[in-house]
Amino acid sequence: MEETEVAIIGAGPAGLAAAIEVAQAGGKVVLIDENKKPGGQLFKQIHKFFGSRAHRAGVRGITIAEDLLKECERLGVTTLLDTVAYGIFADNKIGLVSRGRAWTLKAEQIILATGASENALAFPGWTLPGVMGAGALQTMINVHRVLPGKCILMVGSGNVGLIVSYQTMQAGADVAAIVEAAPSIGGYGVHAAKISRAGTPIYTSHTVKRAIGNDHVEGAELVALDERWNPIEGTEKHIPADTICLSVGLTPLTELARMAGCRFTYVPALGGHVPVHNWDMRTSKENIYIAGDISGIEEASTAMEEGRLAGIAAARSLGLIADNEAETLKTEIRARLASLREGPFGELRRDMKEPFMKGPEITHAG
Amino acid sequence: MRIINHPILGKEKKRKKISIIVDGTKIEAYEGEVIAAALVAAGKRYFRLTRRYEKPRGVFCAIGRCTDCVMNVNGVPNVRTCVTPVEDGMVIETQTESGEWK
Repeated sequence: MEETEVAIIGAGPAGLAAAIEVAQAGGKVVLIDENKKPGGQLFKQIHKFFGSRAHRAGVRGITIAEDLLKECERLGVTTLLDTVAYGIFADNKIGLVSRGRAWTLKAEQIILATGASENALAFPGWTLPGVMGAGALQTMINVHRVLPGKCILMVGSGNVGLIVSYQTMQAGADVAAIVEAAPSIGGYGVHAAKISRAGTPIYTSHTVKRAIGNDHVEGAELVALDERWNPIEGTEKHIPADTICLSVGLTPLTELARMAGCRFTYVPALGGHVPVHNWDMRTSKENIYIAGDISGIEEASTAMEEGRLAGIAAARSLGLIADNEAETLKTEIRARLASLREGPFGELRRDMKEPFMKGPEITHAG
Repeated sequence: MRIINHPILGKEKKRKKISIIVDGTKIEAYEGEVIAAALVAAGKRYFRLTRRYEKPRGVFCAIGRCTDCVMNVNGVPNVRTCVTPVEDGMVIETQTESGEWK
């Protein structure tokens, strides 16, 4: 059995930020990721981030990822790639598997930064090749640089749907339309305006009735929805497309927290069941912290701040940072988190997330 | 279709070409890329047929979670093609049934 002071599971924005804080404090940290490359989903985010300068607004996700990796390398963070953390057992023992080898790592503190997975949407034909997650398309075009189709239909008009639609155009494909079941566009107006200027229609109060095709998508049938979200007969329209992208939300990847026995609460606006935590990102388990989408779906910018918070708190509980120093750092981060959750689009997340951040109690005081 | 020029990412970097055998046909791939990328670039429409109804499946999540894109690779069934890199001479086959060791 191997041992470490802090084990971090997931090397995306939250995990990398947490690793940097622990290493900076002089802690022995092991960063684990099932992928062959670290960075999580940052490498497909080729757009400039929102927020203020302190949050690196105006910087592209790919650049932020490269900077985080460089910092981890400079600090000598041990990173285990192509390594699956398949379970958390008694006494903070983590079960790991890599390339046919299985072993156990015991960590004094664990930070879970496992992220989220895309939601699917079922309609007749949804299993056809050519129906994929919006994140999947984003990975194919921005990371692998291949276009799975020439003409896509985007389902969902949140920021992911809007940004991926625009990135599809940048990659050289057409976007036939964006379909939104709600009566209004979900994401930022500035993104929607870019799409509209390119001549792509956004059908609000519409959904996909079925996908058309035999061994691959050839089109979709849309239908209008009434104010009670029921399909209105006779409003069907056919949209030719070879790809249908689903951007209908994300669900936190919480299996390890569940297995470790963390207490959960159900918050639909955060993506479903999330571990209850306090303002240090500590869960109901003394030595287990969470950061990023596992604690509720937000963005890479908030994930990094939560990672820093968890990293500092874990380093503090190991006695690597003095109490007053840790408090100063944590107060600054909490203020940055609060400001990231400002504005009309952050309001819902602020209302749902801030009840976790009231103090040292592990509770959702909503 | 490959994205050669990109307004943000720039021109595609030169990569070493290798070849893989897909259902008996030799196709070109780039060293280091994932199998699914090479297959999408080559225009392959589906990656496997489901066990019971033989329905086609392809890339769905592209990050190794959903297992919809699994194929037989070098005789090993159920290999996630979206996270497995190509190797020169790799033999890739459309998977049927539950997958079979070869």
